[in-house]
Amino acid sequence: MTSVPGAQRRTSDPKGFPVSTSTLTSRDAAGKSGDRVFSGAALGAGILILVVLFGVAVFLIIQALPVLGADPADITGGDGFGAYIFPIVVGTVIAAAIALLLATPLGIGVALFISHYAPRRLAMTFGYLVDLLAAIPSVVYGAWGYAVLAPQLAVAYGWLAENLGWIPIFAGPASQTGKTILTAGIVLAVMVLPIITSLSREIFLQTPTLHEEAALAMGATRLEMIWMAVLPFARTGIVSAAMLGLGRALGETMAVALVLSGGALTASLIQSGNQTIAAEIALNFPEAYGLRLSELIAAGLVLFVITLVVNIIARWIVSRHRDFSGAN
Amino acid sequence: MSSALLKTRRSQLTKGRLPGYAIWVVLGAAVVLAAAVSALIGFDVVVWALIAAVFFVVGATLVTAAAEGSRKAADSLMTYLVYGSFVIALLPLLSVIWTVLERGLPGLSYDFFFTSMNGVTGATDNASAENGTPVLGGAYHAIVGTLQITLWASLVSVPIGLLAAVYLVEYGRGGALDRAITFFVDVMTGIPSIVAGLFAAALFALLFGPGTRTGFVASVALSVLMIPVVVRSTEEMLKIVPNELREASYALGVRKWRTIVKVVVPTAISGIASGVTLAIARVVGETAPILVTAGFASSINLNVFGGWMSTLPTFIYYQILTPTSPTNIDASTQRAWAAALILIIMVMLLNVVARLVAKIFAPRTSR
Repeated sequence: MTSVPGAQRRTSDPKGFPVSTSTLTSRDAAGKSGDRVFSGAALGAGILILVVLFGVAVFLIIQALPVLGADPADITGGDGFGAYIFPIVVGTVIAAAIALLLATPLGIGVALFISHYAPRRLAMTFGYLVDLLAAIPSVVYGAWGYAVLAPQLAVAYGWLAENLGWIPIFAGPASQTGKTILTAGIVLAVMVLPIITSLSREIFLQTPTLHEEAALAMGATRLEMIWMAVLPFARTGIVSAAMLGLGRALGETMAVALVLSGGALTASLIQSGNQTIAAEIALNFPEAYGLRLSELIAAGLVLFVITLVVNIIARWIVSRHRDFSGAN
Repeated sequence: MSSALLKTRRSQLTKGRLPGYAIWVVLGAAVVLAAAVSALIGFDVVVWALIAAVFFVVGATLVTAAAEGSRKAADSLMTYLVYGSFVIALLPLLSVIWTVLERGLPGLSYDFFFTSMNGVTGATDNASAENGTPVLGGAYHAIVGTLQITLWASLVSVPIGLLAAVYLVEYGRGGALDRAITFFVDVMTGIPSIVAGLFAAALFALLFGPGTRTGFVASVALSVLMIPVVVRSTEEMLKIVPNELREASYALGVRKWRTIVKVVVPTAISGIASGVTLAIARVVGETAPILVTAGFASSINLNVFGGWMSTLPTFIYYQILTPTSPTNIDASTQRAWAAALILIIMVMLLNVVARLVAKIFAPRTSR
């Protein structure tokens, strides 16, 4: 249809120059439709991304709806969806919190090492080594935590229960296999570490050199220079790196599914027990059907919302930081 | 006279500073003391190293504090902590790689690559454990499944990702839609992989009835994870294409879409290709979305549109969690680690390829 008006215009061109004009316009028409198709496709792809994300929410909601109308006694646990989801949300938060508490200081340390402490020539290589941590698939981390880390930590847990058992989080009896939420948190920390490291490293490297040199010229030691020049500059960046790490830790499945022998919510970190949303889904989905399926999808929806909020906050901090460093 | 002056000056400059060997003395003392303490509570190399590290950090800080003052002491304490954190960060990496190599290498054989788990039961594993014969069964079906599912995921997500990035960089004018796309691409990078899997499962359950699990459903799930990575990296690459190239092309009367296809994209192709490769490397190792979308197969299935499929990550997962023979789990463990080794090699290769592509095909700009 679109070629018809072009063809008409070509034949009824009032200005003359039949040969050259017609070739020009005919090329033009072909090029124009090419342009239109291409920009349309590009726009379509962009919109499709929005549709997909919207679809994620919509389809999860549709599949999760039966849970709302269901009899509370039919839900796993027998006390309704709230009672079912609450312990695993808490478990998810505990595991992610452990991961973040361990990985944030360590990640900042590693990032500082690469950006300010390591010999310049080796810094790139060290950075690449830490990035390799991110390249290892999560299921391999899970297998490693299951087969190597957990048995090692079981010994330490026994000691903790014996000597620090009066603290609720180290209450005994310790798990003999070491498959506890603390182990899961440690594995998650290893997985989150490269994210926090690479993001903070980028920001440490952006610190204005003049600030650093000014601090050093005033006689500051390296620690004081980092304290006065680097960390204030990088504060928002570190917070957003930690938030992105948190998002990853909340949603990580395999490490927890393999490492943790889950169960009811317990305060002790060194007993088996607790469960995370992602692991709960992975462990039960393959055999689930009917209402159980809706339950798990609803749990996934809760996880989606939690990570969405965390990520949006992180991005918001990053965008504020971008304005700030741009003005600098 | 002058030489004496120089001497005093040098000592003036270094006055109040520890001599260079002091740190080694502290280290030696820490190691010896730690050996003594760890011998008291039961000798163990790990405990020894830990106690030695703590002794060294505390001792060196105290010695520095006594000789050079508290500011210097805090500085050196920070230095030890920063170096220490790097060493701690490397430990899991080394441990993982060592474990996978040590436990995976014995399981690698021709048969492992080219047989599936079809017909391999607990009885087979028990027999091979009793008779000492090689472990039967392999990961051929999982390797094929991984390649196929990843291929389809790439076929879906690379065009969409590329076009969306082209739209954002070349056509977008910073309007509400562009900002929304940029924002939600960022948000999509943070979607938990299992939620992506649930999305694909829910979508296909609505379209084709509940319980639809095929390789293609898994591909869709992986695309959700892959698209944002592709968009992000492509966008970055397109942004650094110099505007002069575009303007030169327009000045010759070339259409915008021809300019993009013939000038902009070829200039950035090395970065785009390496970004796509990294995106593939990211999804190859995904387990959770496959678990909920492709089911689990023990035999070879070449059809992504029908029947359950297995991939290397799910193969590892099930071999560890539900060993084929509950009484002789060694056979399953060996298969799992061998598969883990193959998977890691695949991911590392993709990473290396991405770096090589970026280096070899890098555009020669005058800048």
